[in-house]
Amino acid sequence: MLELRNITKRFGEVLANDQINIKVEAGTIHAIVGENGAGKSTAMRIAYGFYTADSGEILIDNQVCQIATPHDAIARGVGMVHQHFMLVAPMTVAENIVLGAEPGSQVSLDLAKAASEIRKLSEEFKLAVDPNAVVENLSVGQQQRVELLKALYRHAQLLILDEPTAVLTPQEVEEFFAILRRMRQQGKTVVIITHKLSEVLAISDEVTVMRDGRVVGRLQTKETNAAELARLMVGREVLLRVDKPEAKIGATKLKVSDLSVTTKDGSSRVDKVSFEVRAGEIVGIAGVEGNGQTELIEALSGLVESSQISGAIKFEGKDITRLGARLRRELGIAHIPEDRHRRGLLLEFDLAENSILGVHYRKPVVAYAGDIFLDNAAIRRRANEIIEAFDVRPANPDLPARSLSGGNQQKLIIGREFDLHPKLLLVSQPTRGVDIGAIEFIHRKLVALRDAGCAVLLVSAELEEVTSLSDRLLIIHKGRIVGEVDPKTATNEEIGLMMTGGH
Amino acid sequence: MKLISELIFPLIAVLAAFVVGGILVLIVGDSPIQTYKLLLGSALSWPDGIGYTLFNATPLIFTGLAVLVGFRCGLFNIGCEGQLYVAAFATAWVGITYASLSAWLLLPLCFLAAVFAGALWAAIPGVLKARFGSHEVINTIMLNFIAVALVGYFTQYHYRIPGDPIMQTSTIGPGAHIARLGKFVPGLPERIPLNLAFVFALIACVLVYLFLWRTKWGYEIRATGSNPTAAEYGGISIRKQIVLAMAVSGALAGMVGINEVLGYRYRYYDGFSAHYGFFGIAVALLGRNHPVGVLLSALLFGMLIRGGIFVDAFTNNITKDLVDVLQGVIILFVAAEAFFRGPISRYGLLRRSKV
Repeated sequence: MLELRNITKRFGEVLANDQINIKVEAGTIHAIVGENGAGKSTAMRIAYGFYTADSGEILIDNQVCQIATPHDAIARGVGMVHQHFMLVAPMTVAENIVLGAEPGSQVSLDLAKAASEIRKLSEEFKLAVDPNAVVENLSVGQQQRVELLKALYRHAQLLILDEPTAVLTPQEVEEFFAILRRMRQQGKTVVIITHKLSEVLAISDEVTVMRDGRVVGRLQTKETNAAELARLMVGREVLLRVDKPEAKIGATKLKVSDLSVTTKDGSSRVDKVSFEVRAGEIVGIAGVEGNGQTELIEALSGLVESSQISGAIKFEGKDITRLGARLRRELGIAHIPEDRHRRGLLLEFDLAENSILGVHYRKPVVAYAGDIFLDNAAIRRRANEIIEAFDVRPANPDLPARSLSGGNQQKLIIGREFDLHPKLLLVSQPTRGVDIGAIEFIHRKLVALRDAGCAVLLVSAELEEVTSLSDRLLIIHKGRIVGEVDPKTATNEEIGLMMTGGH
Repeated sequence: MKLISELIFPLIAVLAAFVVGGILVLIVGDSPIQTYKLLLGSALSWPDGIGYTLFNATPLIFTGLAVLVGFRCGLFNIGCEGQLYVAAFATAWVGITYASLSAWLLLPLCFLAAVFAGALWAAIPGVLKARFGSHEVINTIMLNFIAVALVGYFTQYHYRIPGDPIMQTSTIGPGAHIARLGKFVPGLPERIPLNLAFVFALIACVLVYLFLWRTKWGYEIRATGSNPTAAEYGGISIRKQIVLAMAVSGALAGMVGINEVLGYRYRYYDGFSAHYGFFGIAVALLGRNHPVGVLLSALLFGMLIRGGIFVDAFTNNITKDLVDVLQGVIILFVAAEAFFRGPISRYGLLRRSKV
């Protein structure tokens, strides 16, 4: 169906695609896996006409064709669904779908005809999308199906999906895979870009593995396994399971009682939450994103104004509900924020300056004249220690944080927070957008911190991550803790059901 | 390398502006080469050209630094004009009221009056922003009007010598005078008003650099300007930084009053500022928000102001307006920096390292 032959693409000095060959058979689901920056999205954007390759050719149905713009791709039956949806929120599903391909004459718009066509497509693939619904009222899963419909409406025979499951709950992923299988049944071809190995194994017929801009393997899914795929992706053996000794649980570090958080306009985000975290354990919080996890962690780290908080937060028996972020940090509470660009880093600042955020005002990074001056030698020493201990690359403290990859930015933040030798670590989405190799590293560090007697509260949207790392798992739904399970015995279905509010 | 890459775009902007200016000169019927020769020659002659160029640059260094400190905290201080008026009047008021004090006492008092009056006037919009979230751009502009009207009122009705047709106060005590540089520099006559305030301005450049890049307070201000949510995460009170940065900014703007009152006219002269506060924005922008850049661009503007007078007088068709146009074009080109960055980095002259 689709073949990329010897495609090469450069961005400045970066070789994003180096003589790659990808062949997708008609009527199959083909997975393209690789770490961030391996070049998988670039390759598919070339196929969709977003980028033009420097050299090489694209074949569709064994015919060489020029695909210079997405328009050409659509005309050849290629559709693409992006990681970030491109929908107009206040418009209806039908209006969104016809946008750019409006039916009717130049002046009139025949929406009724479009709606009936969309309804027919929706029934054919069991998408359960109402063409007259307004997009902003739809769930994320439904919006994704609107994106699928958009491609199908334009008669796509081949659909390219870029990280389609990143935004879905476990249940939604199952439903979504069922849709993909139905599409294959109807003769469509699907290319799915992902870095989640379990999904590759669950859905695809064939896999192309990419690393550093090259194709390093093309395998039949039936004949491979997660360990082999991970090795190909990273280029070395990767430990997929977290090895974790029995927890040695100590005294209660954090005690949260009836904590509620409201937004400035008064809507409730966290609703009377109570729990404890003890030294030497990792307590996980699982939940669909946007169910109060962000507000909970920010309230615990002192980033929410006290007027928006009720209830009590105690750390080592001391009431810290009204303390600011600085004082909490001084008590030994470290925080790895969920959004490293918004909270975690000063992107224009260099790594050395970033390595002192939060401790920039106290010894040992200040000196002279009553400790008002920054001690550059001490700062660089500290930065170099973190860079070395956490394998931040490139290992140059003078580079701006912006120039690092997401995984290395994350390692810098984690190193900075670990350097506080915290008694309590609040950590949100520690491996979001991070490569497999770095994920393994970060997981090992978190377990090591726990074994050193730190209390860890972990929030993650990756179910696998919270279940494998946590010693206890709390499930949050609409700002409430709706249950606690033993992550060793609980099934994904059980947890998934609680995450969506069912019991 | 870093210095070169920081300097090259402002330099290109200036050169491009001169080219555009040259074309304008041609259109009005004069020789661009002759005009520029006249412009630069009169601005760089010794001692008058250089003396006046540095004198003109002095208030622009202060206001440029003031705008820079605001920018580094993510604040746009358009209120330097009001701050420097309030400060100049305050320092004159101290100089007049305590005229009989000895220089050892009066001079520091006058100095502090300028600094604190500027800081206080700028802290008002800072507090308003920190406390109520009202935008500093609006509030500083409004406070400009209030400041100008207020000092005008006091000059007119309380501190003018009865019968004086000029809107100015009586003179400050001799103890409050600061020395003109002609006193120390051989060949520089004392009639040229270049005074110690220029030296203070140079010192201010160094201090602002040390403050912003070498102290923990400066780190907090820059962190707030770079990413307020991350600064907050790092335990930095954004509200405090806003008030602090505005106060420091206002203090620097207020030091214009030292040059004007203590070093030049020895009295408050109403409407003295030739838009120094607004030029400060251009100076800071052209100087890429760095003290060294501010110093260089203030010197350039100082030259243009000086040279403009001669171009006006000694050419057939050009008036001082051309120099204003030139300044405007420089600012436009600086603002359009992205426009240059594209093609130049594309042709490999300057490749930003991306790892």
